Order: sequence, then C-alpha cells, then structure tokens
Amino acid sequence: MVENRPYLNVISHLIIIICIGIVMLPVWITFVASTHPIEALLTQPIPMWPGDRLFENYALVLTAGIADAGGVPVGVMMINSLIMALSITIGKIAISLIAAYAIVYFRFPFRMTCFWIIFMTLMLPVEVRILPTFKVVADLGMLNSYAGLSIPLIASATATFLFRQFFLTVPEELAEAARIDGAGPLKFFIDILMPLSRTNIAALFVILFIYGWNQYLWPLLITTEESFYTVVMGIQRMVNVSESLPVWHLVMATTILAMLPPVIVVVTMQRLFVKGLIETEK
Amino acid sequence: MAGVQLKDVEKVYPNGFKAIHGIDVKVIDGEFLVLVGPSGCGKSTLLRMVAGLETVSGGEIRIGDRVVNDLEPMERNIAMVFQNYALYPHMSCYDNMAYGLRNRGVPKAEIAARVAETARILELEGLLDRRPNLLSGGQRQRVAMGRAIVRKPAVFLFDEPLSNLDAKLRVQMRIEIKRLQADLNTTSIYVTHDQVEAMTLGHRLMVLNGGNMEQLGTPIELYERPATTFVAEFIGSPSMNLLDARVSDDGAVVKLPDGESWTRADGGGRHAGRTVTLGVRPEHFDITGGDDGEAHLHVALVEHLGADTLIHGHIGDDRNALTVRLQGVVTARMGDVLPLRVAAKHLHLFDPETGKRLD
Ligand SMILES: Nc1ncnc2c1ncn2[C@@H]1O[C@H](COP(=O)(O)OP(=O)(O)O)[C@@H](O)[C@H]1O
Ligand SMILES: [Mg+2]
Repeated sequence: MVENRPYLNVISHLIIIICIGIVMLPVWITFVASTHPIEALLTQPIPMWPGDRLFENYALVLTAGIADAGGVPVGVMMINSLIMALSITIGKIAISLIAAYAIVYFRFPFRMTCFWIIFMTLMLPVEVRILPTFKVVADLGMLNSYAGLSIPLIASATATFLFRQFFLTVPEELAEAARIDGAGPLKFFIDILMPLSRTNIAALFVILFIYGWNQYLWPLLITTEESFYTVVMGIQRMVNVSESLPVWHLVMATTILAMLPPVIVVVTMQRLFVKGLIETEK
Repeated sequence: MAGVQLKDVEKVYPNGFKAIHGIDVKVIDGEFLVLVGPSGCGKSTLLRMVAGLETVSGGEIRIGDRVVNDLEPMERNIAMVFQNYALYPHMSCYDNMAYGLRNRGVPKAEIAARVAETARILELEGLLDRRPNLLSGGQRQRVAMGRAIVRKPAVFLFDEPLSNLDAKLRVQMRIEIKRLQADLNTTSIYVTHDQVEAMTLGHRLMVLNGGNMEQLGTPIELYERPATTFVAEFIGSPSMNLLDARVSDDGAVVKLPDGESWTRADGGGRHAGRTVTLGVRPEHFDITGGDDGEAHLHVALVEHLGADTLIHGHIGDDRNALTVRLQGVVTARMGDVLPLRVAAKHLHLFDPETGKRLD
C-alpha cells in the first residue's frame, strides 16, 4: 500500500479485473439470457449480448408467473421472501441484542450456564434439527404461514455471541455515568447501548438478511400452498417442470430478480456501516 | 447543597477482599476533601460507595441529612467525573450535558439555558454540537466537568480526573477545578494518587493506606505534623528522609548510628534513650552553619533544578542515605563532605515499630 511502484499497480489491477471477470461472467450470462426469447437460448452459440425481450420477459414473470410451475407470479414470491427475510433479520437482531444485554449487564443465577447453553446451539444449524423443528411447527399449526417461515429461524447464537463480545468492550464507566445521570436499565439500553451498536447491527443486518433470503430447505418443507412460496424455492420448481422444457429465459429473469434485494441491502447498509465505523471510533 | 458524613464505613468485595476498614469522616458543606494514597489503597472504592456504584458492607453514609446507603446513584443527587471521562461517544457535547437533565424531566428551555451557562463557564461554547471523539483531551475533560456542573448536584465526586492529561494541561485544569469549586461552593470529594494535586486542591486531605485512614487534616497539618511515617513519606516532594536514630539518655539530642547528632528543641527528657525513626524533610537542612556537634553529609550525587539543588548522599556509613534540598544553585561535588544542620523544630520522631508519630 505504501509502495509506489507502477508495475505493482498494474499487476494488482490486472488481478482485480480478472477476479471481477470471474465473478461477474455468470451474472452477465444470466442477465443476457433473461432478455432473449427462449428460441435464442436453445441454439448454438448462446448470445453474449442483451436481446430485445427485457421488458416482456420481466413483466411476464413478475405478474403472471410461469404456467408450468404453478403460475405464481414472481412478485408474490418476492414479497413472501421479503417478509420472511425481514422477520428473521429483525427478530434475530432484537432477540440477540436483548439476550446479550441480559448476559453482560445483569447478575442473575446461572448466568454463565445460560450463556454456554446459547453458545452450544451454535453447533446446531437448522438442517440438523429440522425434523423436530418441523414436528413442533406442524403441531402448533404454523405450516403455511409467515410465522412458520420465520419464527423457527429467529433464535441466533451467533448474533448473541457477537453482541456479547461488543458489549464487553463498552467501558463500564459508561454504564455508571448513565446510572448517575438517572438512566435505568431500559433507558441505558435504548439511549446508549443501541446507538453504540449501530455498526454491529448494520453488519449483522446484511449477513442475516442474506441468510434469511436464501433459505431454501425450510420453506420447501413447510409450505404447500403456493401463496406462501418464496422466490428461492420458486426457481427450483421452475427448473424441475416435468412435461416441458424449462423456460430458461424466464428462469433467468427470476434469478436476476431474486438477486436484487440482497444487492440493495448490501449497497445501502454498506454506507451506514462505514459511517458507523467512522463515527463511533474513539 | 449538603455535607457528606461517613460513619465506620466498610467495604468487603464479593470475593471476600476487605478494601475499606472502617472510615469515619464528616465533610462539611462546601468543603473540598481530597482522598489521596498510593494505587490500590481503596480511594476509588470509597468514592464509588459515596456515589452509590458500590454497595456499602458496613457503616453508614449520609448526604445532607439522609442516609443514602440503599439509594440509587440518581437519588443521591451527586455528580461524578471519571478518569476516562466516560462521555457518551454517540452524543454531541450538548446532549452529553443535557442527558441527565432530560432524564430528570427538566423542561427543555431550562436545559438549554443551563447548558449554555455551563458552556460559558467552561469556555465550551463553540464545541457544543461536536461529538467527543472530535475533541482534545482537555476539552473532553471540560465536557465531563460540564456534565457534572450542569446538574447542580449536592456533591461533586472526582475520580482521578486529571491523570489522562499531559503535565502542563494538568496544572491548568487543576487551577480551574479549584476556582470552579470555590465559585460554586459545592461539597466535593476528589480522588488522586498525586500528592501535589492533593496538597493544592484540598481544604482537607485524607491519606489512605491499605483501606485504612492514616491521617485526616489540612495540607499544612499533614506537611508539618505527619501522623505516621507513611504520611511523612507520601506528602512532600522529594519525600521526607527517614533515618534510624536514637534519642540520647538525657533527651537533649537525637543521635545517628555513627555518633553524629542534632539538638532537639525542648530536651525535656521525653523519649530519652529510645530508638526512633527520625524524619527530616529535604528542604529543612542547612549547610551553612558551624561545624560543632552536627552531622556530616557525604555527597554522592548533585541535581541542579535551577531554583533548587538536590544533593543525594549519606551520613557516616551507607545505611542512612538522604536527600537534601537547598535553595538556589549550590556548588558541591561528589565526595564533598558538608556540615548538615537542622532546626530543632524540623525534627520529626516516629516509633520504628508502629510508624506512629512521637510527640
Ligand atoms: N470488584 C472488585 N473485587 C475485588 N477486589 C476489588 C474490586 N475492585 C477493587 N478491588 C480491590 O480493592 C482495592 C482497592 O481498589 P481501588 O479502590 O480501585 O484502589 P485505588 O485506590 O487505586 O482507587 C484494590 O486492592 C483492588 O484490587
Ligand atoms: Mg482508582
């Protein structure tokens, strides 16, 4: 970084460009495919430049859906995905903030036991506990509902752990100053701790939103009604149509649409994320 | 405004460590009391008990005429300035100062007026909408003071508020704190390990050692009549010289091991024949007098400070090493032998076993 040798500069840029190319090429091909009629994709060579069907293809997927794959409009699936991802993200952040606050700032019996139990669940991802979880959700009558889609995924040991580590770095005197200033536990949490955690919350929001958005197995298991399909599982159903060839141009359009919300979240949150970094720096 | 009274206050930490062993003191309304002592002696513990940040294990703490043992910090009507300032990093200076007032339901207009007034006193006017991370150490210190002053509490508590500042700023802020306290006339308890800070700031000083009170008194009392060798060494810079000595059988002189001696003011026979620890402050020596019956200093090292000269050396053998502080520039060299006199009133006698002052 400090060095200022022109050939190093050229080489590092070359490497960056190659890497970007590797990452972007599939995305580009997907986008190009989504702008052509299906015939163009079934003949060699596959097109490398956008075609003329951009608006038709996207309008079709968004509003009408694909007849062979149940005909659920992608718009509906995206809204389902959004509701699920946001519920998971906000729920996870809220619960882990509160849990970490309790563990760090309150002396209650079996505090460390609680912490270690939470910590141990880190080792149990959704897939491992999927059958018992399914049974519980089914017994509670939460199949085919937004609650069923999001609640079982909300508890998060990772986020709790991260917030705990952050709270431990907040100087004790800050809590004491707040006590002297007449802030009770709740006021301290809301007025001091939450604003200080902004950066961490932003970072976690990005990670957890993408995690929630990309959930595949769980929605697949617990939704049988089309009105609750999420976009990620929708794509899978489009590819697996039985009687006809996959409508690749529409599948690709859906894929592009499915990628958009995570991209938007990353881009907008990144700004807040960096801003937070600069401002809370001591 | 209110005084603070501690009655036989004790602190035992949950791990069983007894940090404070029964402290009694009555801080009168408007007084500036300094708690001073080496690191780990329990100064912060005692202060935090007054603040309500630590529980009281024994005894009673009163602020005004209320027993506050079981009151929350907020209900005690105190304000505290922390060593690391503990400003809220995400709030502007204005909000830092206003936060405590808002929590107490003070009307908006009054908050604005009080913060403006405080900012004026502390010369913080241009900085009110800045965040603490954009301020210098001295400015942060002022904001922390402002946060305390703006509340108009009954008692100010300071926990080593100047120790994160550089030497020059520390002197400046010290003067400012003293002036502010005199203007506001608010009862203050101030913790420091720096004896100069303690001497210059306090109306009275409490010297703590291992959770016990060694002495309580005005700076001059502590300087002139230290109650123990601990206080004697702690107050004053360079420290008081402590020498092994013996009072002569007729009580008229104190003898050093190698036979040299100094005359006592009122022989009177007190402590005659007794082995003592003799204390003499470096600045109370005199090398100009005659030669008869006095001790001699073998010079080992000379330090010129400009206004003063420090001479390190020993009397007779190496056991009784001491430091002498003389006014102005004194030319002396290593190996010189200087006659050393002390006015009788500057001889302090202590019991070598208990370290207590002998009068
Ligand atoms: N929470 C605690 N638990 C146990 N011992 C403590 C605790 N806090 C302080 N101590 C001990 O009490 C003594 C006094 O501490 P403190 O009041 O902070 O000293 P200082 O005079 O340097 O401010 C020290 O020996 C310290 O180790
Ligand atoms: Mg301390």
